[in-house]
Amino acid sequence: MASPRFPTIVLSVAASAAAVFGAVSAVRAVEAGAAQGQTVQAIAGDSALVPVAAACHFHDGSYTGQVFDAYYGEVQVQANISGGCVASIEVLQYPADRRTSRRINDQALPMLQSEVLRAQSGRIDVVSGATLTSRAYIASLRNALAQAGP
Amino acid sequence: MTVARETRLLMGMPITVEIVDPVSPGVLSDAFEYFAGVDERFSLYKDDSEISALNEGRSSYSQISGEMREVLELAERTRRESNGFFEIRRPTGGLDPSGIVKGWAVRNAADLIRQSGAENFCVEAGGDIQCRGKNRHGEAWIVGIQNPLNAGEIIKRVTPEGRGVATSGTSARGQHIYNPHNPSQPIDDIVSLTVIGPDVLEADRFATAGFAMGKAGIFFIEQLDGIEGYMVEANGRATCTSGFGAFVSP
Repeated sequence: MASPRFPTIVLSVAASAAAVFGAVSAVRAVEAGAAQGQTVQAIAGDSALVPVAAACHFHDGSYTGQVFDAYYGEVQVQANISGGCVASIEVLQYPADRRTSRRINDQALPMLQSEVLRAQSGRIDVVSGATLTSRAYIASLRNALAQAGP
Repeated sequence: MTVARETRLLMGMPITVEIVDPVSPGVLSDAFEYFAGVDERFSLYKDDSEISALNEGRSSYSQISGEMREVLELAERTRRESNGFFEIRRPTGGLDPSGIVKGWAVRNAADLIRQSGAENFCVEAGGDIQCRGKNRHGEAWIVGIQNPLNAGEIIKRVTPEGRGVATSGTSARGQHIYNPHNPSQPIDDIVSLTVIGPDVLEADRFATAGFAMGKAGIFFIEQLDGIEGYMVEANGRATCTSGFGAFVSP
């Protein structure tokens, strides 16, 4: 069981594909609930358990988390603490490397059908999306918050 | 009908197993135990995992387990098949087979469930999917492809009919996130690549390799037999391979 001092917060990584992007908004959701001392649970079924200090008792300042590997590159975040609370989280590094300029020979490539994204409705059983950086993001965030106290 | 369905957080992601056929509850827990064992062996976040021991020089290649050997051989095969775009050797040193372990584990867990006698089930780990047979309503399993630019939205419904589905990508390149070391970097690249393959391992390794190629990845997928793909760009456009439409539900 989580202690009251470090309640377990379900930190949604907003449907996997969002990785860093979604985790940032999820962290904001956690902050909103954390201010009231509540456990925040966002999108069900796609979340990661992250124990973080929920109350506003961090030391003010900016704390940079360790760099964590995220398959395509490295993820590193900075937590900015103001008034003891997590004011913002910045992503300092995200996977953008390994996109080498190498190109496969694009002569005689077939024409492929292209379209504008459109929402589909109807029954689905399971969702496919990407989860590349969530773990690395959370690891770096956890490291940054550990430096921030309480 | 008794349907066993459970989601657990393992390997840093939610993993869901649903078994439609009546099987002993042990089958479900065995599947999760399998994933937990994979994590113990392959996690870069555990100091005592086999991969960490290998990366830190605490063990040598002559001592590696059969599972590790299989994964490293698969990684090497995928590297060759993708002209080096699939690479588990990290620039900082050491190996990161994470890009292939997920699909490999889902395939193996699905095989375990199948060997227990179940014919109708679905295994999903962080967006990598292997469904077999029919769902609890006796209908074909339908996989929704998530909009990488709007996580709450489904942009395609596909019926893989026993094939595997995997998505590689990141939407960290959206307009609200930028790289402060290179803020002027144009956001014109791809954000996700979903691949349908003969099984989830094939789907996963080619999704990972294709995604690393950027926009050229969809042509790489097009050239592979039995593999179809759907690529989403940061600008909100999507491109699919010529055989992809056959799997799409209206």
